Amino acid sequence: MSNQDIKKATRHISQNESLIFEHSSPGKKGYRLPPLDVPAVDPQKALGTAARADLGNMPEVSEMEIIRHFTRISTWNYAIDLGMYPLGSCTMKYNARVNEVVVRLGGLAEAHPYQPEKTAQGALRVMKTLADCLLDITGMDAITLQPAAGAHGEMTGILLMHACLKSRGNPRKKILIPDSAHGTNPATAAICGYAVENLKSNEQGMVDIASLEAQMNEDVAGLMLTNPNTLGIFEQEIHKIADILHKKGGLLYMDGANMNALVGKTRPGDFGVDVMHLNLHKTFSTPHGGGGPGSGPVACKKILEPFLPKPVVVEKADGTLALDYERPQSVGRVRMFYGNFGMHVRALSYIMANGPDGLRQTTEDAVLNANYIRKNLQGHYDLPFNTPSMHEVVFSDHTQTEKGIKTGDIAKRLIDYGFHPYTVSFPLVVHGALMIEPTESESLEELDLFIDAMKSIARECQDDPELVKAAPHNTRVSRLDETAAARKPVLRWKP
Amino acid sequence: MLNFQITQLLNYPITQLQNSIMRYLPKSPADREKMLGNIGIKSVDDLFSPIPAQYRLTRDLKVPRQMGESEIIDYFRARAAENAEGYSFFLGAGAYRHYRPVVIDALISRGEFFTAYTPYQPEIAQGTLQAIFEFQTMVCELTGMEVANASMYDGSTGAAEALLMAVRVTGRKSAVVAKTVHPEYREVINTYVQHQGLPVSYFGYLENGRVDMADLEKKITDDTACVLIQSPNFFGTIEDVAAIADLVHKKGALLVVSIAEALSLGAVKPPVEADIVSMESQSFGVPLGYGGPYAGVLATKEKFVRQIPGRLVGQTTDQNGKRGFVLTLSTREQHIRREKATSNICTNQALIATMATIYMTIYGREGLKELALQNLSKATYAAGEFAKKGKILFAGAPRFNEFVVQTKDDPKQINDRLLEKKIIGGFPIGRYYPELGNATLWCCTELNTKEQIDACVQAVGQ
Repeated sequence: MSNQDIKKATRHISQNESLIFEHSSPGKKGYRLPPLDVPAVDPQKALGTAARADLGNMPEVSEMEIIRHFTRISTWNYAIDLGMYPLGSCTMKYNARVNEVVVRLGGLAEAHPYQPEKTAQGALRVMKTLADCLLDITGMDAITLQPAAGAHGEMTGILLMHACLKSRGNPRKKILIPDSAHGTNPATAAICGYAVENLKSNEQGMVDIASLEAQMNEDVAGLMLTNPNTLGIFEQEIHKIADILHKKGGLLYMDGANMNALVGKTRPGDFGVDVMHLNLHKTFSTPHGGGGPGSGPVACKKILEPFLPKPVVVEKADGTLALDYERPQSVGRVRMFYGNFGMHVRALSYIMANGPDGLRQTTEDAVLNANYIRKNLQGHYDLPFNTPSMHEVVFSDHTQTEKGIKTGDIAKRLIDYGFHPYTVSFPLVVHGALMIEPTESESLEELDLFIDAMKSIARECQDDPELVKAAPHNTRVSRLDETAAARKPVLRWKP
Repeated sequence: MLNFQITQLLNYPITQLQNSIMRYLPKSPADREKMLGNIGIKSVDDLFSPIPAQYRLTRDLKVPRQMGESEIIDYFRARAAENAEGYSFFLGAGAYRHYRPVVIDALISRGEFFTAYTPYQPEIAQGTLQAIFEFQTMVCELTGMEVANASMYDGSTGAAEALLMAVRVTGRKSAVVAKTVHPEYREVINTYVQHQGLPVSYFGYLENGRVDMADLEKKITDDTACVLIQSPNFFGTIEDVAAIADLVHKKGALLVVSIAEALSLGAVKPPVEADIVSMESQSFGVPLGYGGPYAGVLATKEKFVRQIPGRLVGQTTDQNGKRGFVLTLSTREQHIRREKATSNICTNQALIATMATIYMTIYGREGLKELALQNLSKATYAAGEFAKKGKILFAGAPRFNEFVVQTKDDPKQINDRLLEKKIIGGFPIGRYYPELGNATLWCCTELNTKEQIDACVQAVGQ
């Protein structure tokens, strides 16, 4: 195995660690409660047959072991803090530390969702200020911060469309979704009771206008469009798309997953979008946290405002803020309380750290980085669509398949080079896709290391295909047996 | 700086479209020039040419100007100070104030946890995967279920997803929900089910606060996929889960038990008779944070695992036979199944689930019990004291750390009086249960001292 071309990473000692249950033994403790200052209640007497006898196999460990356990396993993760995370459509950008500090301030972290509004003005002000910022960023008229994630925002947005069309007399039956869309789009349409009709892409990787025209009719509620789409391509005929939908009484939904290509440069509200969600965990830098929590605000045009989930934060005549529950046309609640407030705090903190100029520079750098990678990997990897790229670029494994190597193999080999892989095999319109989104957070030096690694792997695919096919070689575990995991699922530890 | 308002931040000289150096961006102007040269273009704006000119923004966004770190902290400190910082709280109702050991934030603040993505590449995500596997195991131990998922958005959406899951398992097309399920959970359920052709009916409660079994029996039909109850319920009353399960199972339906106060499981028998448990994990070390982010979780019997929504972590081995963990059974999920998926859910609440895992580890087998007993004792003491000032409703059945008090005065007036003493009173529930009149739901946790309780009860009195 040859590692001499690997520049970003070096192998080093990695601590082994068992499951926490395997450290447990009776008599160890990781806590100390203050003494009880009221009479102790006998649970048997108070709860009767509902009293619990025992907590089974819950761990019994000391504080020291807890710190070591979680620290050790944490070192087995790749993270943005360690380097570039070029996952396409995931926008893995720097998570600023100040966001983590402000969200932990006592008055914000300990605010109870039901404390009286007059004692929650600070929390409501944060939500209102973030809402105002997001409205100008998107060019929309109204917004809800309630959805807990992107897919949850999609559901909210489609419910708004449904309610609006229903109020006009007919909620309609179908939603059009391009074949390049995220899986959440069709799943969302289905959960909202709509049938899904696929819309094919044209040779440039954009919505095929003729197909859209042919498929759009009075049965179609609208189109769910990602823009730029998952190929990183801006839908240049966006005004035509919006016109076709609007002419037949449909609505344009925009999946805001790729908003990092647009902030400060253009606004969906200006180019015909009726409703969209934002992913605060992508564009607005709230941490992904190993898979969540996210936050998926939904912004919309005036016509959809009456249907927003309740409550809505409103400013009263005296300048104080309140939660408005009197929304008779509301689609209802999509989540208890007011959404993932902790993410609202972080996103506002991010916007403040950037200002209008920083947000614009961020977008420009994100697009510049993607195009720099495109320019320097072209020729080494097949570029299925020659249309200009925005914030991400999609290659295919077409050249490498000659040696039997697939996108997933190249991804695994990239791990040996000290990088997290790009997004593998997505979007589905590209066979064997390598979807690369560097974000603005990468320096020229890191980009060059990535490009070097990708070129080096392309050479290995020619010279030593078996090396690539068996990768990764330098990790704690390699090529885990996912088939066995699914066939006989072991989903919990047992003594 | 306490009156630092956003309008001041917007009031600055606008330098239209002039970029300044932004500290998160790791590039010098020379780097950018070099990259443009390499690509073969003159200006970065050339890269935005696919956007039709009439849609390109030619002004600065109306957002606060770029701020220094100290200004950002000042701004949020000022907002934090407007939120009753330092008051004593008697609010529960689905969000509970428990002590958060410092170890939790020390660990989850590691970049390897909070700046990692979803563990789709298991070779470099074993930390997240193992933490979630431990989470799933602990949830099973606590709830008495056989499998648990990697978490849902929260307890309310989790309960809605549990109903949809029951429909898939049974093939039946309606649900019956207890009126003693959290009102906001019921609102969310209503939003979720209305487009699924899934009618929901509701059943009432008795004078002791427990569900009305006779009413339930009337409402269940041959088409009932499941019955949803909450225990402890919205009034804090612990349900007789075994008896309800008997009735529900006789009718061929599934029993879904929602748990909003997870810490109750330290003292209360787990709902082993249920088919699906939907639990909100907020009590386990998750900040109240004005309502989120929290983490729900669904747990169920092994035989239903293929119908569970959301991510699952499973144990397996690598090519050298070494133990490791992967996301598994993903053929249920939207990225594979698209419109035929079990749910549109994509994310889980991994970092929140990790917080809960660390919390459950810190307290563990003995600590959760001790903590639950402290909650039970505090609430019992407080209810005894409140009984001197009003009527304690639902006294005939066991409770955990919440209780309902009916007063002569309007609860809002009482709460206004308490505010003057820097006390946030209980949650008035008349809006949801008009039949209970001036009723307030009070909560006491291990953080409410006897001194606070006594002061509160005194202030309630006229």
